[in-house]
Amino acid sequence: MKGIKETIAKVLFTAAAGVSILAVALICVFLFASGVPAIGEIGPIEFLTGTIWRPASDTYGIFPMILGSIYATAGALAIGVPVGLLCAVYLSRFASPRVKRILTPGVELLAGIPSVIYGFFGLVVLVPLIRQTFTVQGMSLLAACIILGIMILPTIITVARNALDAVPDSYYEGALALGADHERSVFRVLVPAAGSGIMAGVVLGVGRAIGETMAVVMIAGNQVQIPDSLLDGVRTLTTNIVMEMGYAADLHRDALIATAVVLFVFVLLINLAFAALNARSRK
Amino acid sequence: MALKRNAEPGAANAKPPRKVSSRILAALVRISAFATAAVLAIIVGYILVMGVPALSPELFAAEYTSENVSMLPSLVDTLLAVLLTLVIAVPLGVMAAIFLVEYTTRGSKFVKVVRITAETLAGIPSIVYGLFGMLFFVTFLGWGLSLLSGCLTLAIMVLPTVMRTTEEALRAVPDSYREGSFGLGAGRLRTVLSVVLPPAMPGILGGIILSIGRIVGESAALIFTAGTVAAIPMGVFDSVRTMSVHMYVLSCEGLHIDAAYATAVVLLVIVVLINALASFVAKRLTKI
Repeated sequence: MKGIKETIAKVLFTAAAGVSILAVALICVFLFASGVPAIGEIGPIEFLTGTIWRPASDTYGIFPMILGSIYATAGALAIGVPVGLLCAVYLSRFASPRVKRILTPGVELLAGIPSVIYGFFGLVVLVPLIRQTFTVQGMSLLAACIILGIMILPTIITVARNALDAVPDSYYEGALALGADHERSVFRVLVPAAGSGIMAGVVLGVGRAIGETMAVVMIAGNQVQIPDSLLDGVRTLTTNIVMEMGYAADLHRDALIATAVVLFVFVLLINLAFAALNARSRK
Repeated sequence: MALKRNAEPGAANAKPPRKVSSRILAALVRISAFATAAVLAIIVGYILVMGVPALSPELFAAEYTSENVSMLPSLVDTLLAVLLTLVIAVPLGVMAAIFLVEYTTRGSKFVKVVRITAETLAGIPSIVYGLFGMLFFVTFLGWGLSLLSGCLTLAIMVLPTVMRTTEEALRAVPDSYREGSFGLGAGRLRTVLSVVLPPAMPGILGGIILSIGRIVGESAALIFTAGTVAAIPMGVFDSVRTMSVHMYVLSCEGLHIDAAYATAVVLLVIVVLINALASFVAKRLTKI
């Protein structure tokens, strides 16, 4: 009787663990089954390097979207990484316990705010601000970079702070004993020691920025073009999908799924980098 | 390692002189922390200032029409989506974590694959989940744009969160608990259910709250799976519109900006409550 119960339980638990394998397999099968033939039909070179996206004439080139995603992510990093890292340093080694008690939940709240609210805030505050300052249309790469930069802040702060907190105090004390002041000890000894943990946070931030959809679609302008300046409108891989999936059919629909396949491959590469960094920081 | 400093001898008894670079760094660190806090204050403050006056009774009318753009149906839909998603994801995630912690043998290939796939799931962008849900649940299984399609998509999305937090909670339970239970003659299942799980409950609860936050905030994965019908569903095969999707639709239409502000306020309040609950549970956790 007891043996049967144990066996059933073990089978159930094993099956539950298998669900994540099944899910990844299903996601791969269903995305690739529609996406890969579409890439084949369009031609991999034409699809990845073509600069014209015109579903009406069955021309599908996603190069502007690939560039758009890379530009927006790079801009987000340019804002999010320095501010996030410095803020993590502050929380880990500068802040008084009282400030920590206020700022830490603040960072958590920043992480919890839904992306539609970020997008909406960008739409009603940031876009008009850019429009007035530069007398342009307003929905732009710049707006996307700023909002994405804010959105990846909590990710970078949390991961970098955990990495900094994990560095043994003896490192810091040793630096102090050798005559370095507080700032020098922190930036020359603690930050390098937490290096791979901090990098892991940056990589997670990249993943969040490149995958963000709803905030970007509301503020980036979404024109299919290679932007010449920060003030031009831009369309990313994610927004390309969400904008046209609602009405797409046939090859157009499959081309959008192929866009998701490209995005998926990007994300897998980022995941690999993250896993490698994590393995290194554990050593 | 990096401890080689060119310290001046003799400076040991005096306070080391503060270099200009140190002062600049100290200032930058404080400016960054202040900027982070300011951004949060500006976003929350702006939404509250603009949104609270826009809150009106008709925004909470029982029925959604294109005139009153009531958010009440979306509020109910969000609640239903949270419940149904958790009902699917929590048992699966907890059982999978139990397997990973309590039932595995070292170096098992299966465990490795489970870990890699769970990490992969955690990194997939929500729009890709949305597309998959559309292809699989909506089209292939023929469930249409529905509460069920949306919740199953969300369940896969939050599964790695539930798994990871449960796993951490189970690992934090000391081995002596298990040994004591085995020593008293209990089997593995009984040990897990009545000895290991109870002390791990706060940790599991923390993971569940985290998942609720993600479900409430999600929009990209739901538009193509649960649809945008702003009504309380009659069954799991009816289309629903959660608060985040409602918010997106309102701000895209651009006709009801006031209502969008008000919706943002309600959404923000929900998120703040979830965060407060999470930190309360975390505090309870550290007390044990």
